[in-house]
Amino acid sequence: MKGNKLFTFFVILVYVFLCVPLLIIITTAFDSGNIMSFPPKGFSLQWFGKAFHSETFMTTLGISFKVAVLATFIAMIIGIPAAYALSRKNYRGKAVMQSIFLSPIIVPGVVLGFAFFRFLTIKLQLDVFTSLLIGHVIIVIPYIIRVVGSSLENLDFSIEDAAVSLGATKLKAFFLVILPNVTSGVIAAFMLAFINSFNNVPVSLFLTGPGVSTLPISMLSYVEYNYDPTISALSVILMVMTVLIMFVVEKTLGIKNFAK
Amino acid sequence: MKNKSIYLLLIPGLIVIIFFLFAPILMTTLPTFMGENGITVSRYMDFFKDDYFMSILTRTLRIGLITTIICVLLGVPVSFYVAKSNPKIKGLLLAAAIFPLLTDSVVRSFAWMTILGKNGIINTLLVSAHILQEPQKFLYTESAIIVGSVYLFLPLMIISMVGVMDSIDDDLIEAAESLGANKFIAFIKIIFPLSVPGMIVGSVLVFTGTFTAYTTPQLLGGNKNTVLATLLYQKAMTLSDWTQASVLSTVMILITLAVMFGINKFASKLYERGV
Repeated sequence: MKGNKLFTFFVILVYVFLCVPLLIIITTAFDSGNIMSFPPKGFSLQWFGKAFHSETFMTTLGISFKVAVLATFIAMIIGIPAAYALSRKNYRGKAVMQSIFLSPIIVPGVVLGFAFFRFLTIKLQLDVFTSLLIGHVIIVIPYIIRVVGSSLENLDFSIEDAAVSLGATKLKAFFLVILPNVTSGVIAAFMLAFINSFNNVPVSLFLTGPGVSTLPISMLSYVEYNYDPTISALSVILMVMTVLIMFVVEKTLGIKNFAK
Repeated sequence: MKNKSIYLLLIPGLIVIIFFLFAPILMTTLPTFMGENGITVSRYMDFFKDDYFMSILTRTLRIGLITTIICVLLGVPVSFYVAKSNPKIKGLLLAAAIFPLLTDSVVRSFAWMTILGKNGIINTLLVSAHILQEPQKFLYTESAIIVGSVYLFLPLMIISMVGVMDSIDDDLIEAAESLGANKFIAFIKIIFPLSVPGMIVGSVLVFTGTFTAYTTPQLLGGNKNTVLATLLYQKAMTLSDWTQASVLSTVMILITLAVMFGINKFASKLYERGV
């Protein structure tokens, strides 16, 4: 199959399709021209300056960061014990429990957003930030369950029995024996949950309000009315973040296991 | 570990999910079936009779279907190539597929705005090469949404199929070739059928993803190419018509579930027949 030049050419074309759009964004971010153009007119960092001096983008970047970190932490506190329980041997209702914990993925994003808006913001009268945070906790729980769950499944639980038989309590065994053995899964889960919360549009769209918005939402509304490389510069900053996250995932979980 | 304590570990998560996910969803969907005289489906009858809604529903389904087909056609050969590459190249190709997947959808749609726009790259290139007299409208069309969606979801298709392709034994292909099949025939007759499970998982992800996507149709489709997700947002937040937004929510949930169960049923039928 390797020798087939046409086949290789086809694969290269598809990868060009996957890579070129983001490369174009990167080049426009460093453009010295006054408007969005390609090929760029020259090199400058003006658009980065503009992005960093925009109060809206910097505030919403901060909020996105805060929401993503907090939501991921809360989801881990709830999700890791659940993932542990779901990875143990069969018991009644295990399959049902599994689908309940993964169910946030099945519901369409905008529907989630709308339902959260009506329940959290309107019915419970929660403030914007709290609603946003709760919405994000729900959407990242499945990532925690799946990634931590899959590293727990590869774990030999007899080490836990050994710890218990040597006098450790169940709780102690969990924190001193189980958790250290799945650290890489926990780190990878954190990273994936973080990036998915950070990038979320459909849920945040309904849960942002006066003064409280996330970066993707403020970028979305900016793009709808403006067309200049400020967004490219912000995109480059986000891409650098993505690369760092991918690097951590590669070092912990291994990028190849991402597929599972 | 005793069962009791296992359930204890699940309880905090269960409470959170039931209270903050199931309750809001049921509060949104159930009232749409309530009329003055008990249960009614009249709101849905109205919905399916309305030409405007139907045109948006069929557009959304059409975009989802075309995107899924393109992703299968591009994704099957590419993921086979990725799976059979040597480890170094394989890692690189997987990373190149995962990177856009972890990049914000606003960024990815914005990239296509700069490519397809009136003063975008394609128009600039074609006009300066004298292929076009004047810039054409590529952006704000249904095709733009499809291109953007393929770009958005092809990585998902590739990633869900590489694992399946990995498990296909190289000897099978060699055997077919030594028995006289050429590479193309070997691919169609052996690789393709064996990769059906991955294709099904990938197709469900791509279809439901495209079907429910908001950002891409909003940025690349413009006002004229409304899809269910953008319509839902308009109804709920711009027009404050919560009843219709709830009807739309229910329709979207039901279609998503129907597609997931439908395709999986179809898949298990295929296995029974031993394909």
